[in-house]
Amino acid sequence: MGEKSVDQASLKMLKKAAREGISTAWDRFERQQPQCGFGLSGICCRNCNMGPCRIDPFGEGPNEGICGATADIIAARNLLRMIAAGAAAHSDHGRDVVTTLYETALGEAQGYQIKDEEKLRALAAEFNIPAEGRSKEEIACDLAREAMEEFGMIKGTLQFLNRAPEKRRELWKKLDISPRGIDREVVESMHRTHMGVDNDYVSLTLHGVRTALSDGWGGSMFATEFSDILFGTPQPVRGKSNLGVLKADQINIVVHGHEPTLSEMIVLAARDEELLEMARQKGAVGINVCGMCCTGNELLMRHGVPVAGNFLQQELALITGAVDAMVVDVQCVMPALAQVAKCYHTKIITTSPKGRMSGAEHVPFGEHTALDTARKIVMMAIENYPHRNQKLVEIPDECMEYMAGFSVEAILKALGGSLNPLLDAIKSGQIRGIAAIVGCNNPKTTQDEGHLVLTRELIRNNVLVVQTGCAGIACAKAGLLLPEAAAEAGEGLRAVCQALGVPPVLHMGSCVDISRILVVASAVANALGVDISDLPVAGAAPEWMSEKAVSIGAYVVGSGVFTVLGTVPPILGGKGLVDLLTEGADGVLGAVFAVEPDPRKAASLILDHISAKRKALGLEP
Amino acid sequence: MVKEILIDLDRCQGCKSCEISCAVAHSGSKSLFGALYESPSPRKRIYVMDIDGSPVPINCRHCEQAACVAVCPTKAMYRDENTGIVHHNPNRCIGCGFCEMACPFGVLNRYPGSKIVAKCDRCPEREIPACVEACPTHALLFLTPEEAQLEKRRKAAAQLSQPGA
Repeated sequence: MGEKSVDQASLKMLKKAAREGISTAWDRFERQQPQCGFGLSGICCRNCNMGPCRIDPFGEGPNEGICGATADIIAARNLLRMIAAGAAAHSDHGRDVVTTLYETALGEAQGYQIKDEEKLRALAAEFNIPAEGRSKEEIACDLAREAMEEFGMIKGTLQFLNRAPEKRRELWKKLDISPRGIDREVVESMHRTHMGVDNDYVSLTLHGVRTALSDGWGGSMFATEFSDILFGTPQPVRGKSNLGVLKADQINIVVHGHEPTLSEMIVLAARDEELLEMARQKGAVGINVCGMCCTGNELLMRHGVPVAGNFLQQELALITGAVDAMVVDVQCVMPALAQVAKCYHTKIITTSPKGRMSGAEHVPFGEHTALDTARKIVMMAIENYPHRNQKLVEIPDECMEYMAGFSVEAILKALGGSLNPLLDAIKSGQIRGIAAIVGCNNPKTTQDEGHLVLTRELIRNNVLVVQTGCAGIACAKAGLLLPEAAAEAGEGLRAVCQALGVPPVLHMGSCVDISRILVVASAVANALGVDISDLPVAGAAPEWMSEKAVSIGAYVVGSGVFTVLGTVPPILGGKGLVDLLTEGADGVLGAVFAVEPDPRKAASLILDHISAKRKALGLEP
Repeated sequence: MVKEILIDLDRCQGCKSCEISCAVAHSGSKSLFGALYESPSPRKRIYVMDIDGSPVPINCRHCEQAACVAVCPTKAMYRDENTGIVHHNPNRCIGCGFCEMACPFGVLNRYPGSKIVAKCDRCPEREIPACVEACPTHALLFLTPEEAQLEKRRKAAAQLSQPGA
């Protein structure tokens, strides 16, 4: 591996950490080297107590576990459990948003309101809920109950599957992988991977796709749509990114994690005049709420709230010494935060009953008292501000403007209300295709380099890039989310971006918002009368690390999109499984995975794929 | 004094990380993911044995009076007197199997489909042998015998100096 990061702000804070003797994920990564070969290859099984069992990848030792499971079965079971965990995380996030809408409709949630009635009514129509002459609360109540039903489904398959092109739906039906309930598929994954149930790696993998589809076309899609109803559908908005958004003379509150339910209330509370006055009395000139990871994405796309960084910067934000409180909920929150915070005055505040951390303060957050709780948390940060040790404060200057908020609705609006200008640009070759670059950071690779190199290569070759998650934040920090970045794009894409006043890289939201990308892909496929797998589109996760990313990869491929992974998934010990995912799946799902750690080579794979798909559609390759 | 690979039995958890790292270090690609797809598969030169439920790693001791060297009819097996390492030159090896019969430790391995042996070469191109580097519990140590004995003497002396001893 080369440098730890391409982000100067990260490098500065890593130097400060080294000076102050603080270890970060990068140091802990070094301490873990070399990592276990059985684990890296996915051929260690701990699913029963006859084991643990391991397969010798070089053929000298055992080639099956005690139960007889081969390398392929073990790798496929492990992969399925990763998918199940990832789908569970996204979908449980979705459930929380659904619950919040329900409680809001009943008038029992404090501080929330139904902000996008148009979307509420559109979804009601989709779910066959009567809307004529009814209040938005009445409709929302029924809609939320319908959504809850989709989690513990008894009536067939997921409603949102109907958004997919007909050919795709038929394929899922034929393969018998249409999800039958969001919770059910995760439960069934755990059942199938229990000792002695599904003993066929192909069958395990197909269920993996079904479980993942229940995330992409289920849990994640509910998280996206219902968040839009509650907090507004994103529209293009500008803000600032990177650690330089922290302010020396303000109360800095970093909200980190995933769900917008809490962070929206913190943003609201931080604008409260009474609390602002309290902050001034403590000597601060204001209250600066900043996002981190996908909480950051949820806030930046709806409010232009500054985003302090992506996954590998969570510890670095604390190392600035200027964070008065870091408020976390669920997912991607490192347990190390409590240790790092001890070196400064920073309070780590956990809020979710699902996500506790020893060494942190816990302020339980619930819909009924949401705003009161948010005010309490903001007050804790204000009270903590005088404890900031100025000698330890060093805020990097890196601070880049971004334009985000490209929901499907916003993209349509930018296009003048119809997809046609985009379709025309694709047909003419001005835009050769669309690539979705998503996912995390991972200390196995230089922070942000994979995201940035791949994005730049693709836009230079006239591929429109859409992003979510930590990939989107990487591009925000590098200035690629600005309309001016069109200068880095190829001639065709540049002209389109300049005509519409949009960046060549469209930020579509948090990791659950990859569901928005599925909706765009379906709309384009439907407009052309083809399947998603026929489109000149591709997906990439250059720096992925979480199980959620495994679920995403599986539902993206399951939806017919060729996907390139930048870090190697732990399955290479199962050679039949690898063949299935990288070759065999093409004949089944119309899409495969590729693994390519070099982002330049990944770009070539994507460009070749797009050319082949264009040719098959009768377009200039 | 040359460093040797020493084993601290109490620390071994039986994870076999040493075995995998050894095979990878002796593969063509030198990377796990590359080695997985090489043919023939790379060979390990260290073995984690099960002795009554306890894991025991064992590898070539690079004997001073090496039986494998003594019996080799082609001098494929030879001892580098400067480093004390017993090497094997596959180009001279005729695959007779004498060395395997002579070795009292059973740490000579064959390439698949061949009688040519593979043995520990103590990773001459690496600063620390791959097996030692891979051991997460430091059950494998790379020390001179003096360093190892000194460490044990220190521990014993510290024990003896306990108050009330």
